[in-house]
Amino acid sequence: MDVLKIATAGSVDDGKSTLIGRLLYDTKSLTSDKLEAIQNKSKQLGYDYLDFSLATDGLIAEREQGITIDVAHIYFSTQNKSYIIADTPGHVEYTRNMVTGASTSQAAIILIDARKGVIEQTNRHFFINNLLRIKNVVVAINKMDLVNYSEEVYEGIKAQFEVLMAKRDYKEQNITFIPISALKGDNVVHKSENTIWYTGNTILEHFESLDQAAVLNTGTPRFPVQYVIRPKTEEFHDFRAYAGKVYGGELKVGDAVVVLPSLTKSKIKDILFYDQKLEKAERRSSVAITLEDDVNISRGDMIVLENDLPQIDKDFTATISWLDQEPLQTGNKYVLQHGVHKVLAKVEAVAHKIHPDYSGVETGISTLKMNDIAEVSFKVNKPIFFDAFKKHRINGSFILIDSNSNHTVGAGFIQ
Amino acid sequence: MSINPLESEAIYIFREVAAQFEKPVLLFSGGKDSITLVRLAQKAFYPAKIPFPLMHIDTGHNFPETIEFRDRLVKELGLELIVRHVQDDIDKGKVKEEQGRYASRNSLQTTTLLDAIEEFKFDACIGGARRDEEKARAKERVFSVRDDFGQWDEKNQRPELFDMLNGQIELGQNVRVFPISNWTELDVWSYIEREQIEIPSIYFAHTRATFLRDGLIWSADDEVVFRDQDEVVEDRLVRFRTVGDMSCTAAVLSDATTITKVVEEIRSSTISERGARIDDKRSEAAMEKRKQQGYF
Repeated sequence: MDVLKIATAGSVDDGKSTLIGRLLYDTKSLTSDKLEAIQNKSKQLGYDYLDFSLATDGLIAEREQGITIDVAHIYFSTQNKSYIIADTPGHVEYTRNMVTGASTSQAAIILIDARKGVIEQTNRHFFINNLLRIKNVVVAINKMDLVNYSEEVYEGIKAQFEVLMAKRDYKEQNITFIPISALKGDNVVHKSENTIWYTGNTILEHFESLDQAAVLNTGTPRFPVQYVIRPKTEEFHDFRAYAGKVYGGELKVGDAVVVLPSLTKSKIKDILFYDQKLEKAERRSSVAITLEDDVNISRGDMIVLENDLPQIDKDFTATISWLDQEPLQTGNKYVLQHGVHKVLAKVEAVAHKIHPDYSGVETGISTLKMNDIAEVSFKVNKPIFFDAFKKHRINGSFILIDSNSNHTVGAGFIQ
Repeated sequence: MSINPLESEAIYIFREVAAQFEKPVLLFSGGKDSITLVRLAQKAFYPAKIPFPLMHIDTGHNFPETIEFRDRLVKELGLELIVRHVQDDIDKGKVKEEQGRYASRNSLQTTTLLDAIEEFKFDACIGGARRDEEKARAKERVFSVRDDFGQWDEKNQRPELFDMLNGQIELGQNVRVFPISNWTELDVWSYIEREQIEIPSIYFAHTRATFLRDGLIWSADDEVVFRDQDEVVEDRLVRFRTVGDMSCTAAVLSDATTITKVVEEIRSSTISERGARIDDKRSEAAMEKRKQQGYF
């Protein structure tokens, strides 16, 4: 069954948690005990409606403050598809959570309050979804019930958003506008009678209609070696297979390949999945590969098609999203984890900071604070084998780890 | 053949554990989630053996069927099994048995688990927790770092981007790893059905001496569960949907005798899995509080 992961973005009080609660409720995914808990709590808080945000705000502090602090994952399924929603907080200070949630998603929902229209935060949400190259974005114009389901208001906000769209870098991103009321249930799962002027899909119908080809970014196959399987038993005496996940395309038995960084050529002999031999390894499948020749391969090496090499380099520039309290400093060294490959990286220079609301760039910067986004150049101690993020979402991204705190402090998208 | 994306994700996580840590261990309770983990680990390393031991933190309040099952599985797969007993810590006076009608050993496990982690110097503990189980679990990372005291700092978790897992820790810290984070209860059962994985008999409908309390069906096992005089024992056709410590796991009425029937039952169920966990009913934040203290 297909799995579709959706990131949500919205400002405080845009009704994100309510929308998720509504999706769960209308797809009958809320079990009676959970629903009962929401009913009791809503009553206790003196609400005359069901507060679906209570279904998702899981931490004590979140319920106390009525806010979402951390990325939560919510699951539901239809006959067609399994859905994972990454509920990411919309506060200004939580850009890092949005980047995180978006990195693993194939689709996104940006929520706009119909009473407020496009606000500064909306620019930011759109910027991040576009930066992370999420292929399908739904712009849900929420709280339509509070503007009398006015087509004029909806069209006005759509026009505002289209101004924003003109500035985007990733032009191929599919954007769909849907007028909704998460609280009342209009156009979330069920078509609304209050918006007869709207003829498009509801949010769920829209996601149901996307096939896998429509959500996955296409690229070329990359096989980073995660682990070498060597049983050393009598039965499998000389057995040696390279375990990993295939990204970007598929690999087939007999494919002529090159092993990086040694540049050794060979051919794929077997593709193994548990006790079965496969003819091909589909993208995103975890398999083990054996080669025709005896090649010295270890974790962090990469197997690629002979006629399709990535860039192999020690110097590169990347867009960095800084995630940590401790600022990035020019000249600092970090552990750079590119897939499963770790190297040491030195920050050469911060070219400029990018205002994630399309208001331009700032030069003359040497440090980055949490939530900053900037263009940064790096030098690494050993070459990495990468593609531009534009061409390959997985092989074009990396994380930075601070070797003092061991925290994941930055995310990078190679240019 | 098409490989299930959730299965691929879990296998990837297992391989990251084996590559990034020196002394991993798989926490095995004998429940369906940990049995599923064992199958996924087999797939991740085949034809090599699973490169880490299993560990069971035994509360002493087990369903006998799960212990028999555990021992048979370990023997068949030629795995190493470590068992540490909560009873030993009670005897040593390290933890105190809870009193009263809701007494359970479930939260006492934490001390025994943390001691075992220290004893064996485990740096990664793999568990079968899923994000769909509970609200606090929904905020859990795949690699979840615990400090020297085994504590979970929920507000200071490492962001996890794309497939990249950061397992760098300091000496004394450990990482809890959850390969089936993104699976739902139905995903687990469908997988058990597809893979024809054997599971303990208590997951299937059977007749059991039970009594009713707080709308839940409790197993009438007088040695483990304190029962009031007026709580009447009756034979009922039940099965267990989740299996934890006997004193905190309620049964559900069911006539599902095969995996296929169980899958059908789950698909149409209107009650959540943890609805039958007495330990979660203690308070709205029961799980979060236990996790902060080092609970698995």
